[in-house]
Amino acid sequence: MRFYEYESKELFRRHGLPLGRGRVATSGAEAHEIAAEIGGPVVLKSQVLSGGRMKAGAVQFAETPDECPALFDAIMPIEVSGQTARSVLVEEKSPVAQEYFVSVTWDGRRKLPVLLFSDMGGIDIEEVAEKHPDHVSKTHFSTLLPLSPRIAKEAIAATGVGGSTLNRLTPIVFELMQIFLSYDLTLAEINPLARLEDGRFIVLDGHVDLEAEARGQHEALLAELGIGADETRQAREPTEFEIAGRKVNQVDHRGVAGNVVEFDGNLGLVIGAGGGSLTLFDAVRNHGGKPANYCEIGGNPSVGKVCELTKLILAKPGVSKIAVMMNVVSNTRVDIVARGVVKGCIESGKDPSEVISIFRIPGAWEEEGFKILERYGVEYCDRSVSMYEAAGRAVAKLGA
Amino acid sequence: MSILISQDTRFIVQGITGREAVNLTRENLDYGARIVGGVTPGRAGRDVYGVPVFDCVRDVVAKEGKVEGSVVCVPPNFTRDAVFEAIENGIELIVVVTENVPRKEVAQMVELATLRGARIIGPNCLGLISPGEAKMGGIGGPAANTRQAYMPGNIGVMSRSGGMTTEIASTLTAAGLGQSTCVSIGGDAIIGTTYAELMPHFAADPETHAIAIYSEPGGRMEAELAEWVKANDSRLPIVAFMAGRFMDEMQGMRFGHAGTIVEGKEDTTVEKIERMRAAGISVAERIEEIPALIGKRLEAAS
Repeated sequence: MRFYEYESKELFRRHGLPLGRGRVATSGAEAHEIAAEIGGPVVLKSQVLSGGRMKAGAVQFAETPDECPALFDAIMPIEVSGQTARSVLVEEKSPVAQEYFVSVTWDGRRKLPVLLFSDMGGIDIEEVAEKHPDHVSKTHFSTLLPLSPRIAKEAIAATGVGGSTLNRLTPIVFELMQIFLSYDLTLAEINPLARLEDGRFIVLDGHVDLEAEARGQHEALLAELGIGADETRQAREPTEFEIAGRKVNQVDHRGVAGNVVEFDGNLGLVIGAGGGSLTLFDAVRNHGGKPANYCEIGGNPSVGKVCELTKLILAKPGVSKIAVMMNVVSNTRVDIVARGVVKGCIESGKDPSEVISIFRIPGAWEEEGFKILERYGVEYCDRSVSMYEAAGRAVAKLGA
Repeated sequence: MSILISQDTRFIVQGITGREAVNLTRENLDYGARIVGGVTPGRAGRDVYGVPVFDCVRDVVAKEGKVEGSVVCVPPNFTRDAVFEAIENGIELIVVVTENVPRKEVAQMVELATLRGARIIGPNCLGLISPGEAKMGGIGGPAANTRQAYMPGNIGVMSRSGGMTTEIASTLTAAGLGQSTCVSIGGDAIIGTTYAELMPHFAADPETHAIAIYSEPGGRMEAELAEWVKANDSRLPIVAFMAGRFMDEMQGMRFGHAGTIVEGKEDTTVEKIERMRAAGISVAERIEEIPALIGKRLEAAS
């Protein structure tokens, strides 16, 4: 989950990284007030969860506080890669002598954290790596051995940086490596890290991503930064349908059913598991079908959970039929899912044989499951019908 | 023959008294596994389907001597420590079933395993099976279901999805193609053993004639496999299936598994398919095409 720039900077501030003066404004008047406090030229930056702000015109400069309210009003409505601004960060504008790039992330191939450093910051790092490979260093480091500043020093020196600049950069880069590991981040980036004309260093821009799996271990930090427990910080905000789905999943602790993603089609999908859902969603689309949702059943969810999921999907406007499909299951019991979807249809006031276009879940307890479906006249198939073919049958029924 | 596990592999289950672990123990025993002990701290002296429970891995090793493997089935907060315990007691094959282990802890587990010469499969996986011999983990479910889907033979299977491992094996079995060993490698961004790291094992197994893999968006694992294939001129034809093609248009959204997210161009299915095809890997459009594609590749090779 990505942090806003102002949240990332608050985290940096706590660890002593050097930052310019400033804070977040939620109104033009407040922007004016902050600029007056700073007492010099300022930069106003849209707080959005995506890059590309400069290009979109969501970063503006003001020489005097009086210019700030109008700039604030101009920045707020600008969409940057589909994201709208939460607020505007007003910071002092500093005369920059040189910009650097520092980033720590995971390398899934080497299975280690990797530190990227460049003395050509501020611009696209991939472009720098391509055109000036000797100005980018890539340094893997251990998660087991004690973290040591020499790793940062070597990474910086590898790009040709020396003298007092090397000695002043080393503790900043080292601190970022420590922040990365101590908060279970998947990305900690400062770009640019600026050397000012007076020799000081400050973090001009930066952001961090916290691993969703580690959220529970950093609840205190999230609360202090004001990040709500229901904020997913995905590429887009969750819809009402998706929030309702999460509640379905919290009905009990048995299995998973309810982590839905909303789409605007007409075929409701009760599908699983992780890989099976990806395969089936593709299959429905390949047949020309329009899914109303994505979801994943996994583990061994209770009848109640599957029932509530079914009801949620059937209640979605435009959904007339659902397809219930999974790969060959081993942990999920076919009969429990069958019972759950049938119950969900009935409780929605619908006839299961009309609403369920196909039931394709082969595997553990399938005979018991198929018996239930037969009793309600629901079309089902075993593993001799492929996932792709089952999806095709569901799509065909909707067209008929 | 098979890779990594056989009917002679003696292993333990860590967290054996948990609900999921109890089921898994039963299923593995029924399939012929040699489980020599289980570990749950504070529960020494009990047994799970006749498997004695110990407080520490050390105690099992003291009684049984060398133990080859462990299935780790403990909650996420305890997973790293359980894996460390297995490694430090000389266990060389560790299957981590647990989901939702943070990346840093996985990296630490993998680093220690590498230092000590141990291998981790997973986390967030269903384990592995050498059909007709033994299985470690929940792969295939109850023994009767496992026998229905998996059959001994010559195809190696590797999959980032546990469920799809069984779907592919079942499709191969229906087409008369048995499997040498099937490995559910796990769905996380960092995993103990990737496709490319398993390839040398399959290549060294005379009974493995071809490979089927299931893959997804996210990560560089397919690129790594493609590079391995190019560099090693492997005798084994590979047929891959790529799921989640719809995700190419949905940058930044996570679906399916923790490691399944498109963050850059290299994470997309289009790019992965291109790389694999350039390396001579056949990419099936549907699961049911896999057996015929394997047949064609084997014919061409002979």
